This record gives sequence, C-alpha cells and structure tokens, in this order.
Amino acid sequence: MPTTKHKSAALKSGTIKVDYLARVEGEGALWVKIRKNKVVDAKFKIFEPPRFFEAFLRGRDYREAPDITARICGICPVAYQMSASQAMEQILGLEIPEPLRRLRRLLYCGEWIQSHALHVYMLHAPDFLGYESVLHMAKDFRPLVEEALQLKKTGNALMELLGGRAIHPINVTVGGFYKIPPVSAFRALGDSLKWARDAAVRMVQVVSDFPFPQLERDYEFVALHHPDEYAILDGRLISNRGLDIAAGDYEKHFEEQHAAHSNALQSVLKARGAYHVGPLARFNLNYEQLSPLCREVAESVRFTPPCCNPFQSIIVRSLETLYACDEALRIIDELEMPDAPRVSAAPRAGTGYGCTEAPRGICWHKYTLDETGHIQLAKIVPPTSQNQKTIEDDLFDFVSCHIDMPKEQLTWACEQAVRNYDPCISCATHFLRLDIDRE
Amino acid sequence: MKTSTQPKPKIAVWKFASCDGCQLSLLDCEDEILALAGSVEIAYFPEASRAFVKGPYDLSLVEGSITTPHDAERIHKVRRSSRVLITIGACATAGGIQALRNFSDVNDYIPMVYASPEYITTLKKSTPINEHVYVDYELRGCPISKHQLLEVLNAYLNGRKPNIVPRSVCMECKAGGNPCLMVAEGIPCLGPVTQAGCGAICPSYHRGCFGCFGPKETPNTASLSDWFSRLGLSKPAILQQFRGYNGYAEPFRKESEILEYESE
Repeated sequence: MPTTKHKSAALKSGTIKVDYLARVEGEGALWVKIRKNKVVDAKFKIFEPPRFFEAFLRGRDYREAPDITARICGICPVAYQMSASQAMEQILGLEIPEPLRRLRRLLYCGEWIQSHALHVYMLHAPDFLGYESVLHMAKDFRPLVEEALQLKKTGNALMELLGGRAIHPINVTVGGFYKIPPVSAFRALGDSLKWARDAAVRMVQVVSDFPFPQLERDYEFVALHHPDEYAILDGRLISNRGLDIAAGDYEKHFEEQHAAHSNALQSVLKARGAYHVGPLARFNLNYEQLSPLCREVAESVRFTPPCCNPFQSIIVRSLETLYACDEALRIIDELEMPDAPRVSAAPRAGTGYGCTEAPRGICWHKYTLDETGHIQLAKIVPPTSQNQKTIEDDLFDFVSCHIDMPKEQLTWACEQAVRNYDPCISCATHFLRLDIDRE
Repeated sequence: MKTSTQPKPKIAVWKFASCDGCQLSLLDCEDEILALAGSVEIAYFPEASRAFVKGPYDLSLVEGSITTPHDAERIHKVRRSSRVLITIGACATAGGIQALRNFSDVNDYIPMVYASPEYITTLKKSTPINEHVYVDYELRGCPISKHQLLEVLNAYLNGRKPNIVPRSVCMECKAGGNPCLMVAEGIPCLGPVTQAGCGAICPSYHRGCFGCFGPKETPNTASLSDWFSRLGLSKPAILQQFRGYNGYAEPFRKESEILEYESE
C-alpha cells in the first residue's frame, strides 16, 4: 500500500515506497530514493521466496522438464513447456513436422490471448482509468469488463482444447502432444475466435485513447525474429542495435550481472547493458510480420513503430491479442492434421537450447542430458529477470521527469510504470532474490 | 442467502511460495467472478487489486508453501486474522514441487542456482500450511479446479460442507467412459492412488495420471508400485512417479522413501 505522509505535497527529499506491489504475478516491491529534488536510486525489489527449479531438475527424466518447468509460472506455463521441449528435441535430434509445429503455435496463441487479456484489462487498465482494481472498474465499465472476461475465456478455451486445461496444460510432451483433438473440435472454436477478434479490435481502440504519461527511452529491444512469421515459437535473437544470433549463442552475448546498487542478479547484454524484451520489443522489431488486419487496425489508431514509451505497451498487448486471434483462426482454417501426435527418438547425451516468446518476452532454457536422458544441468532465464534492470532505469527516469508530482500520485504512477512490463515475479524469482533495504 | 442489511463476508487471498496459478483460477472464473464480487467483499487480493482492506477476514484462501523464516511467521498472522482458512493447491496442501528439496540438502541447492548464496534466506524444507497452523479445509490440485474452488467458497459462505469426494481418478475415468490405460495399454498411471477432481484429464488425453491432486483417501501405493514394476519400470523410475507435484504428501512420501531404501 502506498505510504503517504504528505498527501498533496511534492517530494524534495525522501523515499517513494510500495511494500507489496499489487496487480502483478508474485511478490515484489519498489523503492525510489530522492535527495535534494533529485532521484539517487531506484529499485524494483523481488522478495518472492526462491524455489530452486534448476537444482531439483537435476536427475529427473528429460520428459518431465516441460511439466515441471510449467510450475514456475501459472500465468505462462506454455512458454516453459515449449522452451523446455525444444531444448530436449535439439538434444535428441528431433525435427518437428510442420503440422505439429502449427498446433504448438495455436496453443501458444491461446496463452497470448488469455495472458494479454488478463494484463490489459484486469491488471493494467485500472491504472489508466484511476481504479484500484478491475472489480472496482466493473462498477462503471461493466460491459467492457464482461467483454474482457469473455476474451480471456476464449484464450483459455483454446488452451483447454489443445492443452487439456488452461493452467498447467497436460497435453504437451517432447516431440509433440499426447493426443490431437478431432478437427471438428478445432472448427467449433471458430465462432468464438471470430467474436474475440472483433473484441480485440475494440480493445485496441479503447486502450489507444487512454492518457499516457510522458516517458520516451532509448531502449535496446531484443526479440526472436522468424523469416516467415511474427516470431513466437522460434527464430534468431535480434535487436535494434545489430544483435543477430542463434538462441544457442545466448550465453556468449548475455550474462547475469550482480549489480552492486541493488543486490540482484540481472540479465544484461555483455556489450551494452540493460535491454528490453516483450511486446514492445516484438512490435518494434517485427511489426511488418503482423497480419494485414492487425496492421490496418494499428494504423487506424495511428500507432506504428517506432514506439519508445513503455506505457504504450498496453496498446501493443492489445494488438498482439488481436494478432493471436487472427493467427489462431488462420491456423484452424488451414488445419492440416499431423500423421502422429508426436515424434520420438531414443535419449542421448548432449546439451540443447530452447527459446520462445512468452507473453512477457523471451523465455530461454538450456539443458544437459546424460546418455540415459536424465538432466545433468538446467538453466532457465525468464523474461522478467531480463527486464528487471530496464524497469529500474524506467523508474529512475520517470521519477526524475515527474519529481514535482504529488507523492501519492507519483507513487501510483511508479506502480503503473512497473506494471508496463507485466512483470511475472513468480517466474523471475526461481533464481532472483533481492534483500529488502530496511534503512 | 444474506440479506442486504448484513455486511458482506470479507474474503482475503494470500500467497506464499507458489506459481500464482491457483489464485489465477479465481480470475479464471470468467462467468462467475463479477457475481462473486457482488456477494462478497474481496478485501485483500494483491494479484488483482491495490486496495487493501484490513482484517479480520471471514474467509482466507492461502496459496503456496512455507519456505522462509519470514513466511513461517507470516502464516500465523494470516491465521489470527481469518475466521476460516482454506488452503488451495499442491504447494499449500503438500509443499508443492519445491518440496523436492526436502529429499536433498538445500545447502547443496543454493549455489547451483544463485551466484551470491549469502543473500539467500531459506528453510531446509518446503512445508504445507497445515504443518504450521490449523487449516479448516484443503483444496487439492496442481492447479486446483476452478469448479471445486467455487463449490468450496459457496459451501463455506453458506455454512455447509463442500461436496468434494476424496475418491480416486479411476472413478472419473469410469464415469467418463475412458478405457483403462494401464490395463489396456500398459501405460503407468497414478490414477488408482490419486484423488479425483481434475476430471481425469490425462487419461482422456491418452496419458497416465501424474498425481496433480495428491493421494486419495487410504491409497494402496505399495500395490501400485508392484504393478508398475510388472510393467517394467525400474525402482528409481517408480520412485520419481511418486516424488512429483505432491511428493511430500505423506502416502506418496512414504512410498518413495521405501523405494529409495529398497534401491540402495
């Protein structure tokens, strides 16, 4: 809860402190220190307890990795399942036939729809409209909130069909799926997806009219790039400053740095420091690959790249929701049933990498297996730990530019600035930890 | 039914070590959440709202397991401010997947994951909430079923017992008309010892149950281990079947410890 000593006064010296950041997944806090009308420190703290996934994965069978790592995050389990499966398939030398790959993309579209709808309308929009929560917002915007819930439900329905259930789906395995539902079941989702696509167009129109706080930053955006499609499942890692690498080369270019000012492990580019992953990065790097409808809607609200205001990420999430509906409809329209639900091969020793676009940005996995297929080493880099340093830099600049804002208003705006990244602290925390500074 | 003159019951949602998936189940009740929010006061739910209303609360939902000294204190505060305390999900009811550390030395784990072990404050074990405070009701699942969640809320808010039967997943397979994967195809399945509630999703998708809802009432784990070895599974492989998302729940824990002892 915001601490408010001087409700209306601006803060010349002191701290802005939010001890338990609401409307994010997990337990985090923010802390900005001001001295003589200048920001001297900004921290985005994570106090979620560690869960040690990389440690207890050791010794487990390779086929268990997709299900176990899904438990890192209940909001984006498919991202973990896909990145883990990919890494294992690389070790086993498995090629995924195109029809199976498309079904994976379809499942991922379901996750994008539900996760983005949740964040845009239920976690982030209340900030722009001045409500404590979506339930408070529902009193004045009932039809909008009902539409948001139905949109989210459509994403969940897609995950339930192909994944078995929406949270921690059970149908994903290394090499494909356990069972492919019948064609008729996919077709049956067509009408609700068409409705969802229209609802997503309205969502773009609604959020693009929100009042956006001023903040433009010169980010290095990092995202997957695929030659033929808006990258979700695979591609090369690229940036707007010349990065262009295979996912397996990630560790050559990125590292977890121990930042002295924050006592946190934060991912940085070895050459250039903080970077930005997620919807805004994808939008700026891969805009031309969005569907024609999606680009048409973006242009109709005069929102095209470049965009460097992190508060406008809510528009990008809405556009990506629209894209995911559009893409899901395309995949279902051109549906080609795979010959078998999965491909398989005998386990062998080796190291493999997986990287996919979680709703919040790239989710990178690396595993080493022994010759019996048991995990010897696991390393997972979730999106939020990659954005953590950028979030702190945003807070620093944002408060510096708005230092005259009354404290209560500034505190809320800082929370909103953190929520720009839809931070998933449950994800980040399986290897991140920040001690709370109790000065 | 409460009349409009009575205050609405106050509900709180608390998080400990977890993935957030079980509390997400509440937001996943897309058709019911607005009606629910109309008939109760959602007083504390940080994942969804920045408005925090002070306790005491009529009903608390607790997600996650206890893994730090701070959380071991905090759960007592939650208990003191709650008239009814209901734990939701495998982390809260059995310690969760992170309870796999309980079978190793956590001090070996820390340097595997963290560059600066000195910043890590953690307990040796990840433990369920009922090892710390009295729990009024435990709702199982990894994740929980949103339908069961609504049933439990409905029951407690109306002063009745939840209608949730601790029978096995096998019963759901029979009710759903699934042929038995283990009998017909020799696919290992934890269904006979696992509590129902998911709707037997895995067998419906041609996959053996992996125990998300934890042990059913009086499970015969020794017999199932025996059947698994007849299917050709090694003792270490059977051990890992039991040592999963509910591996620290007593019947599963005991079975895996026996298997561990026998493999040595």
